[in-house]
Amino acid sequence: MNNDNNIAPRSAQWREDLRKAHSAKERSGIPRVKMPELDPAYRITCNEEVNRGISAEQAVIEARRCMDCPDPQCMQGCPVSINIPGFIKNIERGEIDEAARVLRATSALPAVCGRVCPQEKQCESRCIYNKMKLQPVAIGYLERFAADHASSAATPDIKPNGIRVAVAGSGPAGLSFAGEMARLGFKVTVYEALHEIGGVLKYGIPEFRLPNAIVDREIKSLEALGVEFVKDCIVGKTLSFDDLADIGFKGLFVASGAGLPRFMGIPGENLIGIMSSNEYLTRVNLMGAGRQEFDTPVLPGDSVAIIGGGNTAMDSVRTARRMGAARVILVYRRSEEEMPARVEEIKHAKEEGVEFLTLHNPIEYLADSTGRVCAMRVQRMALGEPDASGRRSPVPVEGAIDEIPVNMVIVSVGVSPNPLIPSAIPGLGISRRGTIEVDPDTMQSSIPTLYAGGDIVRGGATVILAMGDGRRAARAMASSLLKQQ
Amino acid sequence: MFKITDKERFSEHVVKLVVEAPMIAHSRRPGHFVIVRVGNGGERIPLTIADADTCAGTITLVVQEVGVSTRKICALEPGDCFTDVVGPLGQATHIANVGTVVCCGGGVGVAPLLPIIKAMKQAGNKVITVLAARTKDLIILEDQVRPYSDEVVIMTDDGSYGRKGLVTEGVEDVIRREKVDLVVTIGPAVMMKFVALLTKKYEVPTMCSLNTIMVDGTGMCGACRVTVGGKTRFVCIDGPEFDAHQVDFDEMMMRLRSYN
Repeated sequence: MNNDNNIAPRSAQWREDLRKAHSAKERSGIPRVKMPELDPAYRITCNEEVNRGISAEQAVIEARRCMDCPDPQCMQGCPVSINIPGFIKNIERGEIDEAARVLRATSALPAVCGRVCPQEKQCESRCIYNKMKLQPVAIGYLERFAADHASSAATPDIKPNGIRVAVAGSGPAGLSFAGEMARLGFKVTVYEALHEIGGVLKYGIPEFRLPNAIVDREIKSLEALGVEFVKDCIVGKTLSFDDLADIGFKGLFVASGAGLPRFMGIPGENLIGIMSSNEYLTRVNLMGAGRQEFDTPVLPGDSVAIIGGGNTAMDSVRTARRMGAARVILVYRRSEEEMPARVEEIKHAKEEGVEFLTLHNPIEYLADSTGRVCAMRVQRMALGEPDASGRRSPVPVEGAIDEIPVNMVIVSVGVSPNPLIPSAIPGLGISRRGTIEVDPDTMQSSIPTLYAGGDIVRGGATVILAMGDGRRAARAMASSLLKQQ
Repeated sequence: MFKITDKERFSEHVVKLVVEAPMIAHSRRPGHFVIVRVGNGGERIPLTIADADTCAGTITLVVQEVGVSTRKICALEPGDCFTDVVGPLGQATHIANVGTVVCCGGGVGVAPLLPIIKAMKQAGNKVITVLAARTKDLIILEDQVRPYSDEVVIMTDDGSYGRKGLVTEGVEDVIRREKVDLVVTIGPAVMMKFVALLTKKYEVPTMCSLNTIMVDGTGMCGACRVTVGGKTRFVCIDGPEFDAHQVDFDEMMMRLRSYN
């Protein structure tokens, strides 16, 4: 079993030397690195990755800012407790491969997390620099740098134990579980319902934020570990739970994701031109809609409204700009302060010309003579008392209703767990919300050989939390199966 | 690799394909559908399974050419492969012995109706099948439904085969003649709408199978949503079969025109 701190312990001589090389004052005097970005006017014309990544020189200087604290709070802020100073100090001394090795000991997909994790709410929010009223160390940029620039990791020595395990779903939780189990010697088969491996990393997160090539590289490295991927196969439908046992699988990890898009249930929501963000992003990202060599259509929208304030809403507004919409309006019922989206996504969306209509909520959609949406009626809102989520809940301002012309609406107000697997496996413990119930320490369900993680357990969370689940489930399932040997 | 082992052209625009898909052939039940894709730039197209052979490991699909993707599918020949076939999707048909069942299919809707006719007959029902099309050449699978039907009524719009008239006339005659416990209707949305209006008048429970626009087919996108009994439902996971008296067919027909 990996023990993260054993790879680059703080007590190592090189780290002690490194700490002495610069004073705290010198370190804190260095300004935080700025991520080089594509120009907004250019980037909305294409799908190229907006954040270009920092250079080797920038990375070493940024790594030097890290104080290598004796009690690093950043690690507490990381849902999977990556040995953050351990990898950063390796960058500072120029050992990029070693930095990547530290990351990989905890995270199956560092190049992905370096790009999509909300660092400002996690590791970076705990950095000592915040207390000093300085900008935190750019941990996310450094993570991405190490993952992108390390030479591909040598395949570790694996002692196969001959035990077969199956995974349902090839998103972050499934990939993380598969990698961990393969390293422990298990023969892993990952079943994916769609025709591409990667789950939300492929169909959901757009190319300009997470290039598919990055995801494919991670998948290749798992294949090198012996993980087998099967597309077009739905556990619970194509293969039943019993079929899996007959094939010889001793365990199943369900990471089927948060499938079902929510709608608001307001009049006109089923008009032509109104769709979920899942549908919009899947058409564009997975199916290539709008590009010559792909058959899947997507409606052209000149005036597009996106309802919601999360990262998926931001991905949708930015995609709509790239698909040529002249006017893109983000409609959110609370204020910008309460938006769950990452700060960087909000900034990028604004730079790209997206209008923010906060404290507004759609109440009805109107159609033209063909049944296509032509306008939305929005209710102005004000912030009231805090609700269960701790955010101030929006209340309607009486009589304040506006009508705004739009010919496409993308509804991005969250997802519910996909009922496909929960309903297909008799005896599986399901919560009232439709999520699979598990022991939070082991991720084991009410069926002893079935473990689950990611959004099918959490209902809607982040890539890093899903990965953490995969990892925890792998460790628990491995120890349980090895005990039975 | 989802190889096509047999092909038959039913009419100018309607083709039957037998496809190697052993896992799906093993798992599918009447009412299930699959999503297929041709080529790496291909669209994901939902098609209801018309038949399956577990020994040969094949499923049968009947496809009507209506657009770019269905033209590509219909151009496939034995030996060619689908890039992807995934399923079985949707809820299987609830099969029970209810008494007398009228199964009415229009156009290619007869294909997904075939496994239901078989299963209803095997469950002990009296099965009266009404097949309808514009003209004689478009009546499909007549020989396949006969062995499982106590009676087959054929209706054509132009009177070139069977009786001249609409599907609803054929169904209404049966309902007036004898007690019908269930009507199952699969075909174009407008046909199912009028069958539903008719059977509602006679208060005969009626089930329809909907074929809407889909992308993933697993509940993820919501492109297939329809209003049933005032509530938004997803055809891919809640359906494809619904109580025909509760379906908002006008909204469904409008949504089917999304990309026209």
